[in-house]
Amino acid sequence: MALNKYTIWLLLSAIIAACAPIFITSKFYIDVLTLIFFTAYIGQSWNILGGYAGQFSFGGVMFFGTGAYASSVLLTSFGIPPIFGIFVAIFAGALLGLIVGFMSFRSGLKGSYFALITLAFAELLRVLANSVEFTGGGVGLFLTYAPGLSNLQFKTPIGFYYFAFLLMVISILIALWLERSRFGAQLVAIRENEEAAEALGINTLKCKIYAIMIMGAMGGAAGTFYAQKYLYLDPPIAYSIHLSVEMLLVTIVGGMGTVFGPLIGAFVLHIVNEIARHLIDTPGLSLIVYGVILIVIISYLPNGLIGMFKKKMGRPTALNKFLSGDKDA
Amino acid sequence: MLRVEGVTKRFGGLTAVSSVDLDVAEGEIVSLIGPNGAGKTTLFAMVAGFLSLNEGEIFLNNAPIAGMKPHQICKLGMVRTFQITQPFAGLTTLQNIMVGAYSHTDSPAEAQQKAEEVAEIVGMSALLASGADSLTVAGRKRLELARALATNPKLLLLDEVMAGLNPTEIDEIVAVIKGIRDTGVTIFLIEHVMKAVMNLSDRSYVLNDGKLIATGTPAEIAENPLVIEAYLGHGAADEMVNAS
Repeated sequence: MALNKYTIWLLLSAIIAACAPIFITSKFYIDVLTLIFFTAYIGQSWNILGGYAGQFSFGGVMFFGTGAYASSVLLTSFGIPPIFGIFVAIFAGALLGLIVGFMSFRSGLKGSYFALITLAFAELLRVLANSVEFTGGGVGLFLTYAPGLSNLQFKTPIGFYYFAFLLMVISILIALWLERSRFGAQLVAIRENEEAAEALGINTLKCKIYAIMIMGAMGGAAGTFYAQKYLYLDPPIAYSIHLSVEMLLVTIVGGMGTVFGPLIGAFVLHIVNEIARHLIDTPGLSLIVYGVILIVIISYLPNGLIGMFKKKMGRPTALNKFLSGDKDA
Repeated sequence: MLRVEGVTKRFGGLTAVSSVDLDVAEGEIVSLIGPNGAGKTTLFAMVAGFLSLNEGEIFLNNAPIAGMKPHQICKLGMVRTFQITQPFAGLTTLQNIMVGAYSHTDSPAEAQQKAEEVAEIVGMSALLASGADSLTVAGRKRLELARALATNPKLLLLDEVMAGLNPTEIDEIVAVIKGIRDTGVTIFLIEHVMKAVMNLSDRSYVLNDGKLIATGTPAEIAENPLVIEAYLGHGAADEMVNAS
């Protein structure tokens, strides 16, 4: 890759982010940044299926929750350290992606139907997690605090900062790979026109299933991260609709189907959220703020904040199809 | 190369295509004509794997392909274009054509090279960087052709690639299609533009009300009373004879 202006800016931001903990001494701000990277990461997982392949999901949290339970149950019941557990979580997320993807894409579900079925799956898993024993049911799972790399726990917030930063960087690399690869081009073709994609030799079912499996694998790892950071897991946290909404929100606000959309969206939303919370400390205010931002973005900046810096572009095809009730789909 | 045997498609009580037999030999340009609603596009959709058939079998190079998915049929070397153009609207012309090229290579560099070659053949080189949604009707028709051609097909199914074009544009695309045939690609096309049908095809099939009513060279077809009646109504052939 040539060292153009874009690459230099990129490397510079990465270096600044990597060194940030040296300058930022406040634990609060480190935590905010950690959450921003975490949200950017989980937003990117949504972006792969939603932004690139054009398949919007409302239940993205299902992979997160399943991954969180996978590594946490392994730890609490079998004593398997999360450094291995995270791989099981990744596998569990991908497997869930395979199951959900196979069932819904093979029956031709698209647009809002697919979005709703993912929501249904997430809710189903939440109810299941509540009723079976090995997840601790409604009481939840308490993880013990024992810092160390094998537990993916750290003595200071800076450790988690780097963990989240690493996840975020990996997600950016995945998106960059999509931008330059055949698989990425095929996902975009499916988003723009599935019938034409199929006619041109793309196995659209297989590609969509791969995309949701990547999303699932990423979500699984996010679950382990969260569980090891907050040390508590119960069904409403593991399968919260709030996180499903947040991952699509940061992506739509930043710019769907772009490499940096989720990261930009996560930055903006978290900063707005922190400011709003500072001004008026009312529980649930963030949801109202998110709602307003979403309406404004979809109405005036359908390509997200990143769209402001790009030359052309009308409304993105995926959003158009979704909002018009999938007439084309 | 392509053989269609007794293919029937029913939509509820309507028989859109009724036990059609036809074949296309390697190196030929064969056209399928007929009035609106005759079932031409339905037949194409079945051949390309987009619609299931109720009866019959379709063979590509003697291998049965009925029931296969479009992407599998594409991999076997047969690809269709759409009558109503289906561009990847949010992408550039180059990216559109590259999607076709990716069917046989996974290297972006090779796909781009192939796309540029194909763009040259169909005369779109100057438009490679334009967004597909900014193309004219003629441009979109060419894009359909280019994307299909980029998959390295042995048999191209062209569904009305000339509809909506002006005479100059038609002449251009006829030349392009002949050029494609000369590179060894067999072509099976649906067309309404009679000048092009006469000019291009080695043989024609005429479909009316889902049934094949005539087959032969374009000249034979043009004089066939059944064909004239299909287009102009019952008794039209006699009236034309009387009038002359």
